[in-house]
Amino acid sequence: MDFLKDLWDFMKERKKWWLLPIIIVLLLLGILVVIGGSSATAPFVYTLF
Amino acid sequence: MKILGISAFYHDSAAAILVDGKIIAAAQEERFSRIKHDAAFPVNAVKFCLRQAGLSIDDIDAIAFYDKPLLKFERLLETYYGFAPKGLFSFIKSMPVWIKEKLFLKRIIREELEKIESFDKQKIKFLFPEHHLSHSASAFFSSPFEEAAILTIDGVGEWTTASISRGKGNTIELVKELRFPHSVGLLYSAFTYFLGFKVNSGEYKLMGLAPYGNPDSPDIEKFVQQIKAHLVDIKEDGSICLNQEYFNYAVGLRMAKDERWKNLFGFPRREEEEELQQHHCNLGYAIQLVTEEIVLKMAKEAQRLTGCENLCMAGGVALNCVANGKIERAKLFKQLFIQPASGDAGGALGAAQAANYIFFEQPRIVSNTEDDMLGSYLGPEFSDMDIALDLKKQKAVIEKVEPFDVLATKVAALIAEGNVVGWFQGRMEFGPRALGNRSILGDARNEEMQKKLNLKIKYREGFRPFAPSVLAEDAKAYFDLDGSSPYMLLVAPITQQRRKPLPENYNSLPLFDRLYTPRSDLQSITHIDFSARIQTVHKATNPRYYRLLESFKQQTGCSVIVNTSFNVRGEPPVCTPTEAYACFMRTEMDYLVVGDFLLDKKKQPVWSEKENWQTTFAKD
Repeated sequence: MDFLKDLWDFMKERKKWWLLPIIIVLLLLGILVVIGGSSATAPFVYTLF
Repeated sequence: MKILGISAFYHDSAAAILVDGKIIAAAQEERFSRIKHDAAFPVNAVKFCLRQAGLSIDDIDAIAFYDKPLLKFERLLETYYGFAPKGLFSFIKSMPVWIKEKLFLKRIIREELEKIESFDKQKIKFLFPEHHLSHSASAFFSSPFEEAAILTIDGVGEWTTASISRGKGNTIELVKELRFPHSVGLLYSAFTYFLGFKVNSGEYKLMGLAPYGNPDSPDIEKFVQQIKAHLVDIKEDGSICLNQEYFNYAVGLRMAKDERWKNLFGFPRREEEEELQQHHCNLGYAIQLVTEEIVLKMAKEAQRLTGCENLCMAGGVALNCVANGKIERAKLFKQLFIQPASGDAGGALGAAQAANYIFFEQPRIVSNTEDDMLGSYLGPEFSDMDIALDLKKQKAVIEKVEPFDVLATKVAALIAEGNVVGWFQGRMEFGPRALGNRSILGDARNEEMQKKLNLKIKYREGFRPFAPSVLAEDAKAYFDLDGSSPYMLLVAPITQQRRKPLPENYNSLPLFDRLYTPRSDLQSITHIDFSARIQTVHKATNPRYYRLLESFKQQTGCSVIVNTSFNVRGEPPVCTPTEAYACFMRTEMDYLVVGDFLLDKKKQPVWSEKENWQTTFAKD
């Protein structure tokens, strides 16, 4: 949560809203990669890539 | 107000602690982990700082990290976007580290601190001053000036690669900045790479190599013209524009485009350990000239914009002491202060100072005479009892020599006889330079000393120069230096009277013939072009080292000795007595002094190690 708050404050300050979708997609991919480390979700991630 | 400053995750991690504006301790992580330029979170350096200040993490009012990760991430994304589809491979390689770690820096710092001791996570405040603000703060708030222009130059922080600010009291006002990808530091690093040295550590080797260029060769002028015509456009205010057609650092994994550079300069990139040729030296000379021109123009611009009488400098490029010497001699400013830990390690200190003075608006008391760095002796120290215990564990044969005057007289005599002495005293230095507390010393007059130190003690490249330490009051008798250079950050020529006549063909001699040509009565510290990287030694900041130099002067009439860092190639300078003893025994050093103890190599037991230490420390 701390990070999301910082990210929001940063976006408000910098006003580079066009970066937001890129960051969100990267974060979602990041979450997938992290979760992909466990065996249950690994096949899904392999398919995705 | 108690503030812990941290720099980490890029290169030269460090920690520093500030209590009510006073610098209590600062140290680089590499000195504890024994990994040169260690980039890991500085757990050991933080532990040391807390111990030195007698504080726990709960006592700390704020933790200041030396840059803004989100702003740096913004720069990365915009750069990749701007260069797309180029840089896809580098993007794929770098993003996981960011998404998993670097973006969540607060969490990582908390987790790392938790490894040291448990603390109240809700209470602790995190601050993230910008990278160049941290550098500016480390220079200005440590300086003895109430008001000064501040010039910071390095590779890159978030966006900024160089900045000019005005410092006044407890404030810093940014006046002008240069932004990525246009960077003096990255330009110099690209040449470091092309000439076969490691980026982020070999820059000072390039600076040492540059004087081997032949100033009479038409190659120099040709290279300078090529650099200016194709690589860098230099404006009158010192700002630069780098032609990205020739560089690869923005989105690639290398600094330069090898093939283009080969076509431009007429020879391929030098491989590491490949023999140095004259054209390598000439190109080094050319880029040093170009760098000096840019830095000097930036300093002039800082003077013009701020109108200040004093200048403070920091950032990796501020370690280019040849360029610093040019600024000093240009007399643009009355006084110059360069942060001794000008690289990223110093960012830890600057971040803490920025938090203290700018964020918390603490008043700043300026001494006007001495800086706040305490001679940069901010690291760990060891009592005589600690030293004796450490050395006994090694089965070392030690002799305690008291009082210190007797020890100083004895050691001065040993140096005068041509011996190489390891000198370990008091608190370890903060920053890359050994300033007489973790040093290897020799006689500067000895014509063989440069060769002996390079090849038999440090096991490093034979071309590399050595620096002198000189009694501050006597500096003018040996060097054309106005003022002082306590942190070994100014290069000045040795005086005409000390020079020896050179053969007419001196500049066209092969590299090592030139090196071994007698040039002065201080041969070992006189670089190929009569320059020397000077450390003026002051009684107030290092009375023991000062006393040793006084003794040497009394015995020899000379107040200059060779001072090089206490380590071998690839090894961080020693931190503990145990490391000092190991380094002493591994090399052909003759004597070791640790605190009040004197160790004679001839009396030591046979040294054996399970591992080959020469492979333990990767070549830098």
